[in-house]
Amino acid sequence: MENYVKYIITRFIQTLIVIFIGITIVFFAPRFTPMDPVQSVIMRAYSQSTVDASVIQGLVETLKDLYGLRGTIWEQYIRFWKHLLKGDLGPSFTMFPTPVIQIIFKALPWTIGLLLTSTLIAWLLGIILGTLVGYFPNKSFSKILSIIITCIYPIPYYIIALILIFIFCYIFPIFPLMGGVQIGLKPSFSLTYILSVIKHGFLPALSLIIGTTCFIFMTQRALVSTLIASDFIVFSEVAGLSRKRIFLYLIRNSMLPQITDLALFLGGIFGGALMTEIVFSYPGIGQILYSAILQSDFNLIMGISIFSVVGVAFAAFILDLIYPLLDPRIRVK
Amino acid sequence: MKVIRDLLKYDKNFLVGFIFLVFALLLAILSFFSPYSPQERYVVERDKPPSFSHILGTNSLGQDVFWYLTFAIRNSLIIGLLAVILGRAVAVVVGLLSGYLGGRFDRIVTTITDSFIVLPRLPILILLSFTIKGNMNFITMALLIAFFDWAWPSKRYRSQILSLKEMEFTNTAKFSGRRIFQIVFKEHMPFLIPYLLADSISGFLFAIGMEITLSVLGLTNLDIPTIGTMIFWANYYQSMLNGTWWWISSPVLILIITVLGFYLLSVSIGTFLDPRVRLQKISVGENK
Repeated sequence: MENYVKYIITRFIQTLIVIFIGITIVFFAPRFTPMDPVQSVIMRAYSQSTVDASVIQGLVETLKDLYGLRGTIWEQYIRFWKHLLKGDLGPSFTMFPTPVIQIIFKALPWTIGLLLTSTLIAWLLGIILGTLVGYFPNKSFSKILSIIITCIYPIPYYIIALILIFIFCYIFPIFPLMGGVQIGLKPSFSLTYILSVIKHGFLPALSLIIGTTCFIFMTQRALVSTLIASDFIVFSEVAGLSRKRIFLYLIRNSMLPQITDLALFLGGIFGGALMTEIVFSYPGIGQILYSAILQSDFNLIMGISIFSVVGVAFAAFILDLIYPLLDPRIRVK
Repeated sequence: MKVIRDLLKYDKNFLVGFIFLVFALLLAILSFFSPYSPQERYVVERDKPPSFSHILGTNSLGQDVFWYLTFAIRNSLIIGLLAVILGRAVAVVVGLLSGYLGGRFDRIVTTITDSFIVLPRLPILILLSFTIKGNMNFITMALLIAFFDWAWPSKRYRSQILSLKEMEFTNTAKFSGRRIFQIVFKEHMPFLIPYLLADSISGFLFAIGMEITLSVLGLTNLDIPTIGTMIFWANYYQSMLNGTWWWISSPVLILIITVLGFYLLSVSIGTFLDPRVRLQKISVGENK
């Protein structure tokens, strides 16, 4: 037990260091690029009109103050940590003075809804199909399924999304091309609203499910095909246990790596599914992040990246905590 | 050579993958014989469907889709290859050394690697390519992709080394006076090669996917013909709505053929190098 506590503490400190380095990289990455948020605001506002140079100069100073971009990069960095530790992510530059946190929370339900459902469905589907195919590798359905998934698996995500759009929006126009819900509908718990959300979310979810299912399927099939050669499965077969029982044994014994993947997927949710949301114009975190990058909105970029870094790092940390509980074979050193 | 001949004969995955890749390579080589330069526009009639003079039709920019495609596949392959070589080189050195040396060095390196793993890759890539968009060429593109694709592989190599380190022959080598670099790169490296091969191919798929993602968003140098920029221009001129399906579907198809070829090859190499699977196959053959 003493070992376990010590292990938790070292892992926790390590996680904090990882988060610290991750956030630091995210802080400096945009600032070392030639992007200038102040200039980009002025460009947008005054590109058409002629304004006195001194007025612009004054405006630059005011904006620098408002955005917290005054001082050297180190001063900014220290100020940034002071604010962050108080839980303050600062205002968005482009939607000034709306706080970043408010913008994130508005988009978060869409992203979480989309990613949580599609990840869970894909995970379950991948595990069940993978176990079936791994257990009965010589049945014809296994062979067909294997070939189909092998062919889909290496295709880049964008191409899959493009093909889905091609099929379901142009050839058979069943699903809407963009948005999270029909324009003009007010959020409510009415049937029309929910149906509209499902209808709009279907294609983005399907594209995500296809990719994730293939990935989980591949690992699960590989895991099971090594498991079926192991002694305990051979004994179970010899002892005449029912197929259903052996099937469950196989799933249970291959669970550990799969839970790792699931946790990392779930930790990654806060980063949003950038490509999905851009391709399908879905109103989630990824969409916001993309426009924040294009408009050099440093605070918003930071805010979303912090969520995603912390999400993944903590998912990995929690995993390491529960490993010894899930699998008694792992001993804490 | 005999191995390749045997694989071609007995392994369907290898055969199909090999044919697909040869097809893609032939296309890439054909680019050297192209009658048109990829930078030229309005050299042929626009928006013509596939015909004898233009095998894959022409696009809205007045280019021949087939010849443009040969340049696109060549450049995409080069970018992928460069990114894989750069990324794996870093990953191998970092992973091997930190796994073998252990101790404080290992802890520091592992923390840095872990930090890279939690970073949201795509947003940072988008950010960086947005700022250097105009000056992007093959090398910067490959560097960018490689920069974000060494952490996972190095972690995997490290864990391999951790188990190799405990084996008897490592101690034998150590006691017979071999130096660290010799042990790691001469004794341990051969065990990693199969791993590295399969991993390189997945890195290749990652690089090609990334290139497409960034290009489709318009964040790369759009004058360089690649599979990604080709899709970008086809989308830009709304080829799906205009009915010029040959423009958008040719890069998609050739891409699927290429990645599938690589993937099937990696599956086949992986099973070939795994002695357990090979033994199984031999015993099945004997039973017949």
